[in-house]
Amino acid sequence: MPKPKSITVPLSDEAIEDLRIGDAVLISGVVYTGRDSAHKRLLDALDRGEQLPVDLTGQIIYYAGPAPAKPGHPIGSIGPTTSYRMDPYAPRLIARGLKGMIGKGNRSSEVIEALQQYKAVYFGAIGGAAALMAKSVKNAEVVAFEDLGPEAIRRLEVKDFPAVVVNDCHGGDLYKEGMETYRRD
Amino acid sequence: MRTLNVSVLTDAVKTLCMEANYDLGDDVIQSLRTWKEKEESPTGREVLDKILENAAIAGKERVPLCQDTGFAVVFVEVGQDVHFTGGDFQEAIHEGVRQGYQEGYLRKSIVSDPIERKNTGDNTPAVIHTDIVPGEKVRVILAPKGGGSENMSEVKMMAPAAGIEGVKSFVVDRVRRSGANPCPPVIVGVGIGGTFEKCAQIAKRALLRPVGSRHSDPYYAALEEELLDMINRLGIGPQGFGGRCTALDVHIEVHPCHIASFPVSVNMQCHVSRHREVIL
Repeated sequence: MPKPKSITVPLSDEAIEDLRIGDAVLISGVVYTGRDSAHKRLLDALDRGEQLPVDLTGQIIYYAGPAPAKPGHPIGSIGPTTSYRMDPYAPRLIARGLKGMIGKGNRSSEVIEALQQYKAVYFGAIGGAAALMAKSVKNAEVVAFEDLGPEAIRRLEVKDFPAVVVNDCHGGDLYKEGMETYRRD
Repeated sequence: MRTLNVSVLTDAVKTLCMEANYDLGDDVIQSLRTWKEKEESPTGREVLDKILENAAIAGKERVPLCQDTGFAVVFVEVGQDVHFTGGDFQEAIHEGVRQGYQEGYLRKSIVSDPIERKNTGDNTPAVIHTDIVPGEKVRVILAPKGGGSENMSEVKMMAPAAGIEGVKSFVVDRVRRSGANPCPPVIVGVGIGGTFEKCAQIAKRALLRPVGSRHSDPYYAALEEELLDMINRLGIGPQGFGGRCTALDVHIEVHPCHIASFPVSVNMQCHVSRHREVIL
């Protein structure tokens, strides 16, 4: 595996254009957690013409709901949840400036098209390696929807968070290409 | 007749909740190590390496392997000569889950109503499967089940004419269509026969067998190996990034069925295959 690329949030269009499927990346900066219920509330807010509780321009959403933090730890174990459940919501957030998503599993054609149209990227993190990924989180605070518990939106400060580019802004799909490369009939 | 206070059950369940979520089984670790040597994809090897590193961190720091600490599925085999005292048997199990998930810093992932979707706040209720067996022991198996892999599971009521080839194509296709969603490498639990609900239940039980173990019937043992080979030719690989290691194992359980029926089920299990047991 080639040396990982270090990238910093917020993501510029140039940084995104430089990413190709299969690239290992180490993400540093701020990422926001958000999953099913938080996405529904974000989109409901947009429908009502309200401001979002966090400015997502240039930002990354991590599809994750952490385990509770033990005393002395900024966060509990935190790995990705399955992304397809956020597919109905993602294109609208991408159109409003969201630049990256971290999760696991296939995205819909609408999401993949939005990545190309608006220059954004989908990263896969290692599902189930949640204790390891918590090590990359240096600070965490709930910034919206605290009543949702593990599903609240958290602002995470991360350092060298490991992920792999699954869908880039050039139309590439690692899940498809990886499977074709290693399939044996 | 043996008398057992239900508080013993509560304490056992509480401990099992924590141990199951912190400590990956040796069978899984050994299988992952073997695959790390065999995997052809460099990215796949890197993923397997990180999964092993994760298990080491979780075990040492006593933190959950995965943030999804699951639905607490509890299998209890109760000796028919045991008499429980001191409270409600099922409530004692729920209380063990409540205490284990609270004190163990485990995520609470259960909503009380599937439509309203309000979190119960303590990961209860558990799903409890109770069998009455001879003797005066109580065997408790706790298997926390994550949502990502559970969502890729399926029961299919096939026509008997579909036969063994129908089973193979259904199982392999279920894994193929799941792709990266259930966090491969997976363990595939297969139920063949029974009724609609029995078929699903035996697929879940199949997941409790150690990775690397084979069915006692040579016919089904061979079928397990054939399915494992077919699945590992799909190319999905660790985390779906492409590779050879899509499944660590396939376990089949079989049950008699109706002359008109041929139920087949697949219960998908991610690599964080958690189950711990104790005999009281």
